[in-house]
Amino acid sequence: MTAVAETLDAVQSVTDGGYKWGFSTDIEMDMAPKGLNEDIIRLISSRKNEPEWLLAWRLKAYAAWLKMEEPNWAMVHHAPIDYQDLHYYAAPKKKPGPKSLDEVDPALLAMYEKLGIPLKERAILAGVELPEGELPQVAIDAVFDSVSVATTFRSTLAKSGVIFCPISEAVLEHPELVQKYLGSVIPAGDNYFAALNSAVFTDGSFVFIPKGVRCPMELSTYFRINARNTGQFERTLIIVEDGGSVSYLEGCTAPMRDENQLHAAVVELVAMDDATIKYSTVQNWYPGDAEGKGGVYNFVTKRGACRGARSKISWTQVETGSAITWKYPSCILQGDDSVGEFYSVAVTTNMQQADTGTKMIHIGRNTRSTIIAKGISAGRSNNTYRGLVKVLPKADGARNFTQCDSLLIGDQCGAHTVPYIESRNRTAKLEHEATTSKISDDQLFYCRSRGLSQEDAVGMIVNGFCRDVLKELPMEFAVEAQKLLAVSLEGSVG
Amino acid sequence: MLEIKNLHAGINDKPILNGIDLVVPTGEVHAIMGPNGSGKSTLSYVLSGRDGYAATEGSATFDGHDLLEMAPEARAALGVFLAFQYPVELPGVGNANFLRTALNAQRRARGEAEVDAPSFFKLARAAMKALSMPDDMLKRNVNVGFSGGEKKRNEVLQMAILKPRLAILDETDSGLDIDALKIVADGVNDQRGPEFSAVIITHYQRLLDYIVPDRVHVLSAGRIIRSGGPELAKELEANGYAGMVAEAA
Repeated sequence: MTAVAETLDAVQSVTDGGYKWGFSTDIEMDMAPKGLNEDIIRLISSRKNEPEWLLAWRLKAYAAWLKMEEPNWAMVHHAPIDYQDLHYYAAPKKKPGPKSLDEVDPALLAMYEKLGIPLKERAILAGVELPEGELPQVAIDAVFDSVSVATTFRSTLAKSGVIFCPISEAVLEHPELVQKYLGSVIPAGDNYFAALNSAVFTDGSFVFIPKGVRCPMELSTYFRINARNTGQFERTLIIVEDGGSVSYLEGCTAPMRDENQLHAAVVELVAMDDATIKYSTVQNWYPGDAEGKGGVYNFVTKRGACRGARSKISWTQVETGSAITWKYPSCILQGDDSVGEFYSVAVTTNMQQADTGTKMIHIGRNTRSTIIAKGISAGRSNNTYRGLVKVLPKADGARNFTQCDSLLIGDQCGAHTVPYIESRNRTAKLEHEATTSKISDDQLFYCRSRGLSQEDAVGMIVNGFCRDVLKELPMEFAVEAQKLLAVSLEGSVG
Repeated sequence: MLEIKNLHAGINDKPILNGIDLVVPTGEVHAIMGPNGSGKSTLSYVLSGRDGYAATEGSATFDGHDLLEMAPEARAALGVFLAFQYPVELPGVGNANFLRTALNAQRRARGEAEVDAPSFFKLARAAMKALSMPDDMLKRNVNVGFSGGEKKRNEVLQMAILKPRLAILDETDSGLDIDALKIVADGVNDQRGPEFSAVIITHYQRLLDYIVPDRVHVLSAGRIIRSGGPELAKELEANGYAGMVAEAA
């Protein structure tokens, strides 16, 4: 409840009404020429000193991509994307590993400050050791444009056997793990955007939790799109062995710009017997201006495989940004008694378009899944929930509960719910609930008559609407998410 | 002091109040009675600033502040409180969070220090005890799943915590059994004092047995047709509105 009070403080403090995180940082860039072809892929691969097998994998993905067509089934509309008009590689000029704050580009430090990364974490990002005995609570792998500039808390994590590093580094230092699992959940040719990512991904995070290890801290990545016209193709791979567990936080902000930016990330999760993965996202990329000009195109493929018995994968997302969101974090429930969860808040305002949801594929016996999706539409935006619950013949006793709630603000927005259910096992129990409501004048007046401003009232009602999802977020993320919800809906009522 | 002069108001151009004159001096409790459709609820909405209820003529001031020019939240910060006839549900919003946010919003607007969580809970628990409300009332979502009586008691709890200087109770007694009615009346009586005034809107004399008003006004067709002491309510109870309305017409 104090978090909501802080929400209101945040709304008070952010009064300019514009995109708070809209700034750009000048750092010298090492940039590939525009366009996509085999040579560019070879360039990326050689810049990263990749082994031959990975280059071959990329080229195969590229060949598959060339034969594919952009999907058109989602309820989003945009001008055609010219894939030859993008830079596929940009890296900040390399310096030998930052040993002290002085060696780190001041512009980069300034950016961390604007992003609100705590001072101590900034120092750690720059390689400064913590005082003896002090245990950090959050580890960050900062992806600054395409190259991970710094990775933190490595030594603390290493003590427990956890690997948390940029995936480009994992390719070199743990090739056996990467080769075994990369593309094992989302094959290179899975879909148009996943194929593109597989061909040209530049960096991302790699996490490996060995048998029986509960990761001692929450792992966090701040993503940021910075270079002009640079497509971002993050690749994240998280593997948790038997009995291990990890909570991973992904948070994003992007600078303001005029041209649309393409973002096509791939996230793969693998959970073995009794393993637990909690993946939380707060996404706040630039949504474009009030007329829909500019803004990020976010075409993401996220999928988790519950390979082991009693494993559990939980996706929680709060999506307020991007001009277009195309995203369906999914769970393949292969192990018996495995559990998949999807908790989502998607907010669209102005001209934003979101088509998001999940897929729960029940393969093993007694597999269970829960879907709670909250869509909030304001302005002239369109917000679609699209979800698939599929029960295969061997999934005896499979259970799913789905709840989709839509909240409309104003009378020019759209909310759509498109649930697909396929069951091939008669013992399966599937439940689906859906509601659509509006913030009523009664509710607004009630709050205002008690002293809340119109915007605080909207923030409070919206946060109440999203409560079931927000409570799934780790505490510090929940606070940030609540602020985001209130800030992104500023000015959308009245 | 609440001063209403020649107030004309309506909903969407439909006139409902046709020249109300009313003065409620600080420290006094006035009751407004009247048949259905006489404009009682409209008066409460115009005074608290609900959208769509526009004054077309006249004025309404509280301690010299022009209420009609102020946003609802500014009126709240000034000390005007409306206890709703139909309290509104806020799904997912905890009662404690709602109340503390409202209290601090008002305090900020008045330039006062905010109340931290421990002090708030102390304050709220004391208020709830006085109203015979269980502690879990604070944890529940605002009015969601509350019985009619619980909703009304929750309004009185809000009043006890927000400590308004002018409370407008819009048929707070409707739908209450006799025990709940007493609790609500006690809640209002606890607030009475030299700095507190109230306008109690009601159909029935019943509530006024427990909250004895300083003055009683009878509203009919958007006008106050009679004013008097507490005995006026008793007269209405005995004879009904019809005779009085006919007499005024």
